[in-house]
Amino acid sequence: MKNKFLELKNISKSFGKVSALERVNFYIKGEPEIVGLIGDNGAGKSTLIKIISGIHTPDCGEIYINGKRMENWSVVKSRASGVETVYQDRALAMQQTLARNIFMGRELTSIFGFVKSKLQFAEADRLMRTIGFTSKVFASDSAVVNLSGGERQGVAIARALYFKANLMILDEPTTALSLTEAQKIFDFIRQARKGGSSCIFITHNIYHAYDVSDRCVVLDRGKIVMETDREHTTVEQLVKDMQKIAQNNGKVREGINNARS
Amino acid sequence: MAGHRIYMITSISRFIEKNRRALIALLVLSVMMIIFLIINPQVFLNPLMYKAIFKTLSMFIILASAMVFVIVSGEIDLSFGSIVGLAGWTLVLTLESGLSPYLGVLFALIVGAFIGFINGIIITRLGISSLVSTIGMSFLIRGLIYIGTKGMGTSVVYLAGTPFYNAFIGSIWGFPVNMLWALGFVVLSVLLFDYHIFGAQISCVGDNLESSLEMGINVATIKTLAFVYVGIASAIVAVQFTLTNQIFYPGSGDGLLLIVLAAVFIGGTPGWGGIGTIMGSVIGACIISVINSGIIAAGVSYLFKEFFYGLIIILALIGHKLNEKRC
Ligand SMILES: Nc1ncnc2c1ncn2[C@@H]1O[C@H](COP(=O)(O)OP(=O)(O)O)[C@@H](O)[C@H]1O
Ligand SMILES: [Mg+2]
Repeated sequence: MKNKFLELKNISKSFGKVSALERVNFYIKGEPEIVGLIGDNGAGKSTLIKIISGIHTPDCGEIYINGKRMENWSVVKSRASGVETVYQDRALAMQQTLARNIFMGRELTSIFGFVKSKLQFAEADRLMRTIGFTSKVFASDSAVVNLSGGERQGVAIARALYFKANLMILDEPTTALSLTEAQKIFDFIRQARKGGSSCIFITHNIYHAYDVSDRCVVLDRGKIVMETDREHTTVEQLVKDMQKIAQNNGKVREGINNARS
Repeated sequence: MAGHRIYMITSISRFIEKNRRALIALLVLSVMMIIFLIINPQVFLNPLMYKAIFKTLSMFIILASAMVFVIVSGEIDLSFGSIVGLAGWTLVLTLESGLSPYLGVLFALIVGAFIGFINGIIITRLGISSLVSTIGMSFLIRGLIYIGTKGMGTSVVYLAGTPFYNAFIGSIWGFPVNMLWALGFVVLSVLLFDYHIFGAQISCVGDNLESSLEMGINVATIKTLAFVYVGIASAIVAVQFTLTNQIFYPGSGDGLLLIVLAAVFIGGTPGWGGIGTIMGSVIGACIISVINSGIIAAGVSYLFKEFFYGLIIILALIGHKLNEKRC
């Protein structure tokens, strides 16, 4: 049994009075897997992945990579470990070219720091084709603001592809996409797993999650409330379980309201 | 043949697409020149006119090119006029203590870079708005100069005609050396802005700060370097300014602030960050200089000068705005 690639132990994070995560344990296996991270808006999904990618520092808890405890976890260390994140807000510089966005922060440079623009354009072109965007409308030197939602998501994914991530995190990549565009993203995720990359796929659409994931993890108000392998459940069962969680939620809220009145 | 022509057309349209902001500025400059030529051809066909323009143009070009980096990064520097003063003072202090003038230039560069560095630190590490903090820095430096000089100027007339003088503002084969310095500075700026990782990253920083941080760009360092670059530019300008006027006075550089900013914006660099154009700034500086010398040369009263500045600035900005809407 290989070491787990990533393991989070007892991670908590609050923003002022809002407790976004409470004692969360989470892991990614050593061999490539696709994990669907499901939960309502505000459940803490984005917070969890921002901790993994080093943007937020957890209030407490430990982070392990390949079994090794990581100290002073940061964006730089996270990337160095091969974690590539495609953020929900798409994290693109809208007025810059497609190529510049793909290589943002890791420009391909020659001696003295001059950017190899031709190489970047060529690579950007190749990557976008690989992902399945072969539009004639855009070129790798067109500004991102001129691209469609799916193409923009493609830009962010192309980053992950080029830098050969061990773990790719996609935060609600399909929310703003058409069905065919979403399908392209799914194909890409599966393809990436074959290529050896794991993936955390965040969504609040259970069907999307079930469709593509090997394992589903459900986050609810900062806590992991359910975890299930795709092999051991059906989508119907999953929906039922989620409904139960939602009902509990309702009860808790009722309770709170009762207590208040 | 046909294929060749299509290739020509697409590459021309690409060129226009990429440089449309600078090209709008060029259009403004051309129209202005044509108008001036029609009004007063004798003056505007006379090389002496351009000699006069070149005297100050180099300073506008150097400062406006450097400012592009700061503005593209999403910040502003309002202290460069005072840095010009401080660097000029550094130069004359070195001269007074009997050291080599070249050493004086070196010290001026170091002082300019240092103030830029302090600006950068205040803005990036303390998180204070550049608009506010560089106003503060501007007063602080200017105040220091007034206190230190007791408000007195220093003549450097004795430098005229020396090799040192000729190296900075003399002429080679009739061509003004100060313009060669400006040309060199523009080439450096274009290389940095359009071809270097510094330009690529500073554009991303000004475009999407949060995402630049997420992508691991060292935002604080990049921004600080932009302020350092403006500081260095100010020092070069200080040397030209002092030598051109043959005197250092404590208010040196005060008048540059609005003119240089106007040149940058007329040139097509927008105020919101993320994009900018060095060539546009160069053209913007030309526009400013032509108005500066042209109004008087054209026989219009100097009382009209500021009015024309304002008019051309507004017209140019409207031109850029219309240009945006079309894309
Ligand atoms: N930077 C922040 N500052 C303050 N509160 C935050 C911040 N980020 C997230 N939160 C809060 O933490 C909770 C979880 O948010 P988030 O992780 O974005 O949820 P999700 O991605 O599951 O919709 C929410 O209540 C949200 O308001
Ligand atoms: Mg979210």
